[in-house]
Amino acid sequence: MALINSFPEGVLTTKADQLLNWTRKSSVWWMLFGLACCAIELMQTQGPRADVDRFGAAPRASPRQSDLMVVAGTLTLKMALRTKVLYEQMPEPRYVISMGACASCGGLFQLAYSVCDGVDKVVPVDVYVPGCPPRPEALTEGILKLQEKMMTENWLVRRRPEVTATA
Amino acid sequence: MDAVSIHGRLQGRFGESVSSVDNDAMSPFAVVEAGAIRDICRWLRDDEDLRFDCLSNESGVDYKDEGYIEVVYHLFSYAQRHALVLKVRTPRDAAVVPSVEMVWRAANWMEREIYDLLGVHFTDHSDLRRLLMPEDWVGHPLRKDFVEPEEYHGINTSRESLLR
Repeated sequence: MALINSFPEGVLTTKADQLLNWTRKSSVWWMLFGLACCAIELMQTQGPRADVDRFGAAPRASPRQSDLMVVAGTLTLKMALRTKVLYEQMPEPRYVISMGACASCGGLFQLAYSVCDGVDKVVPVDVYVPGCPPRPEALTEGILKLQEKMMTENWLVRRRPEVTATA
Repeated sequence: MDAVSIHGRLQGRFGESVSSVDNDAMSPFAVVEAGAIRDICRWLRDDEDLRFDCLSNESGVDYKDEGYIEVVYHLFSYAQRHALVLKVRTPRDAAVVPSVEMVWRAANWMEREIYDLLGVHFTDHSDLRRLLMPEDWVGHPLRKDFVEPEEYHGINTSRESLLR
């Protein structure tokens, strides 16, 4: 966006940032992407009982249209490379929730030769949801935590390290 | 038909190729020569009285100290309601066994899995690729002397053992 970093920090930019963040957090579209049994709970979270659609979160079938990747299940080394590709296909700003013990640390299978113990070895993770598997309420809580995090972002004034010209 | 009479027929037909029979095991099995396994399987499937129409399972076992890998065939006949286990032994350093994929199509993926995890090469298999591990994986993880690589495409695979 051309407006990024184009304003001095002030009341105007803060309010505009809040508006941007509010629109973003109100439509957290996650990628339809499940790896193991946690994906069943992910589907339940989207279903009528937990119904995270009331917070604006809904599944999208393509990484190009997604804001959030919920890594739900055991991440094998074979899938780790593909997960990284999928993450890179998502447009920024993008967020990752690590759902369940397996995605967070390898869980029960962490000593297996084929398992990557923790998705944070491959992509950066914003929220970890513990559980094996987490109940839909727990994942809903994770999405709400992520929304809190999204509301703290600054878009129009980004603090970046000073770039000093070298002779 | 019970295991004893099945083995009697098997040895009557193939003689030397069926090297030993254990009828006291929980699942009675016969150890057969690797070169004859395909003919034996085809005969077991097509014989009117045996009709082994189902390959329930095909698996592999690594006997590191004895120096061989055993491929185990669990056969079942839905028509005759009897079962049989065959075993084939092949040396670890040159593990080659004829494929039975052309006898039972179910063997396709099971032989790919054995190739993937134990490194047994099945001759005349139509599509012998890795099934579970990544295509560029080095080694066969279920071999007893398998050493895990330090990293895979930049992903560190060293894990802190919790079993202490």
